[in-house]
Amino acid sequence: MSPIPNAETHVGSPRSRVDGRAKVTGAARYSGEFTAPDLAHGYVVNSTVAKGRITRLDTAAALAAPGVLEVFTHENRPRTAWFSYNYQDEVGPPGSPFRPLYDDKVVYSGQPIALVVAETFEAARGAASLVRVSYEAEAHETDLKNRMDEAYEPPKKRTGISPPPKPRGDARGAYADAPVKVSGDYWAAYEHHNPMEPHATTVVWEGGGKLLVHDKNQGVLNAQSYIASVFGLGKGDVRVVTPFVGGGFGSGLRPQYQLFLAVMAALELRRSVRVVLTRDQMFTHVYRPNTFQTVRLGANPDGALRSIQQHAIAGTSQFEDHQEVVVNWAGTLYHCDNVELTYKLAKLDTYTPGDMRAPGAPLGLFATESAMDELACATGVDPVEIRLRNYTEKDENENKNFTSKELRACYQVGAERFGWSKRNPEPRSMREGRELIGWGMASGAWEAQMMKTSARATLTADGKLEVACATADIGTGTYTILTQIGADAFGLRMEDVTTKLGDTTLPYSPVQGGSWTAASAGTAVQLACEAVREKLFKHARKASGSPLADVKLDAVSFADGRIEVTADPSRFVRIADAMRAGGVDRLEAEETAKPSMIDQLRYTGYTHSAIFVEVRVDEELGAVRVTRVVDAVAAGKILNPKTARSQVVGGIVWGIGMALEEETMPDHNLGRFMNHNYAEYHVPVNADVQGIEVVFVDEHDTKVSPIGVKGLGEIGIVGTAAAIANAIHHATGKRVRDMPITIDKVLG
Amino acid sequence: MPDHPTGSDTLPLSLTVNGEARQLRVAPWTTLLDLLREDLGLIGTKKGCDHGQCGSCTVLLDGKRANACLVLAVVKEGSNVTTIEGLAGPGGALHPMQAAFVEHDAFQCGYCTPGQICSAVALVEEGRARTPDEIREHMSGNICRCGAYPNIVAAIEQVLAENAR
Repeated sequence: MSPIPNAETHVGSPRSRVDGRAKVTGAARYSGEFTAPDLAHGYVVNSTVAKGRITRLDTAAALAAPGVLEVFTHENRPRTAWFSYNYQDEVGPPGSPFRPLYDDKVVYSGQPIALVVAETFEAARGAASLVRVSYEAEAHETDLKNRMDEAYEPPKKRTGISPPPKPRGDARGAYADAPVKVSGDYWAAYEHHNPMEPHATTVVWEGGGKLLVHDKNQGVLNAQSYIASVFGLGKGDVRVVTPFVGGGFGSGLRPQYQLFLAVMAALELRRSVRVVLTRDQMFTHVYRPNTFQTVRLGANPDGALRSIQQHAIAGTSQFEDHQEVVVNWAGTLYHCDNVELTYKLAKLDTYTPGDMRAPGAPLGLFATESAMDELACATGVDPVEIRLRNYTEKDENENKNFTSKELRACYQVGAERFGWSKRNPEPRSMREGRELIGWGMASGAWEAQMMKTSARATLTADGKLEVACATADIGTGTYTILTQIGADAFGLRMEDVTTKLGDTTLPYSPVQGGSWTAASAGTAVQLACEAVREKLFKHARKASGSPLADVKLDAVSFADGRIEVTADPSRFVRIADAMRAGGVDRLEAEETAKPSMIDQLRYTGYTHSAIFVEVRVDEELGAVRVTRVVDAVAAGKILNPKTARSQVVGGIVWGIGMALEEETMPDHNLGRFMNHNYAEYHVPVNADVQGIEVVFVDEHDTKVSPIGVKGLGEIGIVGTAAAIANAIHHATGKRVRDMPITIDKVLG
Repeated sequence: MPDHPTGSDTLPLSLTVNGEARQLRVAPWTTLLDLLREDLGLIGTKKGCDHGQCGSCTVLLDGKRANACLVLAVVKEGSNVTTIEGLAGPGGALHPMQAAFVEHDAFQCGYCTPGQICSAVALVEEGRARTPDEIREHMSGNICRCGAYPNIVAAIEQVLAENAR
C-alpha cells in the first residue's frame, strides 16, 4: 500500500483530544450512567469461602424488603447455555470459562452467588446484606509457593501467545563453564487493574426481545457475541454501545460477570437493569497473576553472555490456563547462543488471572534486566555498555530480522538526556542529607502487532467526514488519532471530522488491547479514506470542463474542501462540485486492514525502550521516591506526540506502582484477598510521580504496519520496575528481587 | 423503623445545585453522590470507590472540595453544591481549569477528571499551592489510574500563572 500523498497537517503533530471537552465538562457518559424509564438496579452478593458448596441460600428476608423485585441465585437462575464453550470469548485462554450462578459450587472467594434487583440502588444494596448463605467449605489452596512442585507446561496454548522458544545450544553446560555467573529468584505479587470506573453494565430493555447494552469493556463485539451465545439470542437483538471506557488496562478484555448478571436479570424481568460493581468487588475478578521466576546468566569477563536461563511459574485458576509471554523477552533482546526459557502454570483456587497492562513483559524483564544489572556489577561493565555488547540485530527466538529496531539509539539518547555518563558505578556513592541517591536503567520491549480491523469513511458534500470503527478508546486517544488520519486524508480541519467508536453496529474490530489499535484501526481508517478519495476523484474528473480531466490521482492534493493539482493549486474541483457531477451527496467506503502475511513470515516487530531512573532512598526509613525518569522509546511513527507522551507517562506511572506499591495480599487461610480497596491497595498518587521525560527516537518502519505505527499502550511500563530496582541497588547496595519493593524489603 | 436500610421514607431537603435552588426528597441514607448521579442525573460526578479513597466524586460544597460519597445528603440542608457541570461559563465557555486540562492532556480515560478539576479549582482558591511539590501534595487525594499526574500538575501551574498575571 502506498502512503497517502496528501500533506500531513495533523498526523505527527501534537493535537488535543477531540473528546476532551466531553471529558472535562462531565458530558462523557460511561456504562453505568445510561438510564431508562424502567431502570432497576442490581447488587451482587459474593461468596465468602474459596472452595466448596453452597448448602443453603436464604433470600426470604431480601425478597421481603421494600422495593426488591427479585433475587437471582443458582437455584432460580433462568435458563442459559448449558455448555461451557458457549461462555468462551475472543481472548479467553484454554479451559472452561467461569459461569456465574451456574450451580452450587464455589470455585473462588468473592465469586458472585446472588444478584438482588430492586427499584432503587439503595434498596438493592440494603437487601443484598439480608441474603443468608451457608457453605460446606472444602480445603483450598491459594498460595503459589505450595503448588510450585505441581507446576506444568500448559498443554493447550493460548491463541496469540507465543510459548517459550525451543532451547538453543546448551544453556546449562555453558552456565557451568562461564567465568562469571549471576543467579536469582524473583517474585511478583498479585496486582489488580483497578481502573477508576468500576465495571458496570446498563441493559436497556427495548421491547420486542431487543437489548441495548452499555457495558464497560474493551471490545463491544466480544461482549455482544458472548451475550448472544450464552443467552441464545440473535446478534441482531443485542446491540452493545460503549462510547467511553473509564480505564481498562486489560480488565475489560474478557466479559466480566456484571455483564452476564445484568443481561440475565433484564431478560427475566423484561425491563432495564443496571449492575455496577463496588470497588471491593473489583477485586473479585481479573488480576495479574503472581509469578515466580529464576534467572541464571553466564558471561565472559567482558560481559558477553554465554548462557541465559529463565524459568517462570505463574498462578492460574482451577478452570482455565491463563497464559502470557513472561520469559521470551530475554531471548529476543540479547544475542546468546545458549538459551533455555520455560513457562509453567500452577493451579490455585482463585479466579482466572488475565491480561494486565503489558501482560508478562514487565514481570519477565524485571527478572532479566535486574540480572543484567547484576552482571554489570559483577563484570564492572557499565549497565548500558553491557547491553550494547550483547545487542542483537536479529530476533534469535524466531531467527527472523526485526521490522526495525532503534534500541541502540534509545540507549544513547536516553543516557544523554539523563546524564548517565556522570554516574559513579559504586553503590551508595551518592547521597544528599539522609537520602541515598541511585541511578538505574533497563531495556523494554513489546510486540508490535496489527490485527484485522475494518473501518468506514463517509464524506458528505458539505465537506464533513465521519470515520467509524467498532474499536474502543479506553483513554488511549483512539478518537483523536483516527480523526487526525481522516482529516489529513481530505485536507480537512479536525472539527470537520467525527469519529464514531464502541458500537456493535460499526465495522469490525477485535478487542482494544495489546497496543495494536493505532496500527490496526489507523490503517483501516486510512484505507477507507483512500477508497473514498478515489471515488471522489473519479467524479471530479467527470465534472463538465473539469481541470482534473487529464490528471492522475497521485498528482492531486485534497485541501480546503477542494481537490487540486499539487503542482498547480489553481486547477481544482470543489468536493461539493465533484459530488454533484457524480449525482451523489455522500460517498462511503468500508475497508479492512490486515497484517502482511509475507512480512509476518519474514520479520518480527517490537517496540523498544531504554529507561533511566533516579531514586532517593531514606536511609533510616527505607522510603523510596522516584525523582527522575527518562524513557527513550522507539515506536515507529508517532501519530500524535501529545497523546503518545501521555500513554508512555501513564505506563511509567504503572511501573512505579508495580515496583514500589501495588500488591493484592491474600490471606491464604481464608483464600481471600484482604486489601480490596484503594486505601490498602496502593496505586501511585500525584505526590509519587515527578520528573518524567519521554523521548521518541526516530524510527522509520514500512513493514510493521502500513502506516508505520507500532503502538504505545504497553511500552511505558515494561522496563520501569527493573530500572527502579536497579536504581535502588545503586542507591543502597541492596538487591531486592521481590515486587513490590516496600520499606520492609529495603530495610530488611 | 425497619431493622434494615431498605425503607422508602424520605425527608425534605433544600439544596442549591449549580446555581439552581432545588427542593428535594431523599432517603436519609442517600449520599450526596448518589443524589447527584441517580436523582438529579448529574453523572459528571463519578463514583470510583464510594469510600472517600479515590476523589472521583469531588465536588465543591459551599466552595470547598468534598468527597460527595462521604456526605449524607440530608445533613447538607441549605448548602450550595457545584459539580463539574456547573463550572463552565455562559454559552458553554470552559472554565480556565477545564481548558488547561484539555490543553495539557491532563486526562486519558476521563473518569477521574471531573473530580480532579473540581479539586484543582478549589486548590487554587485555597491559595496554598505555589510550587509543583505543593500541587502534587494537595492533589494526592485524587487518584488518576491512567497516570496523567505530570500533566495535571502542568495544567494547574498554568492556571496559577494566569491568575498571577
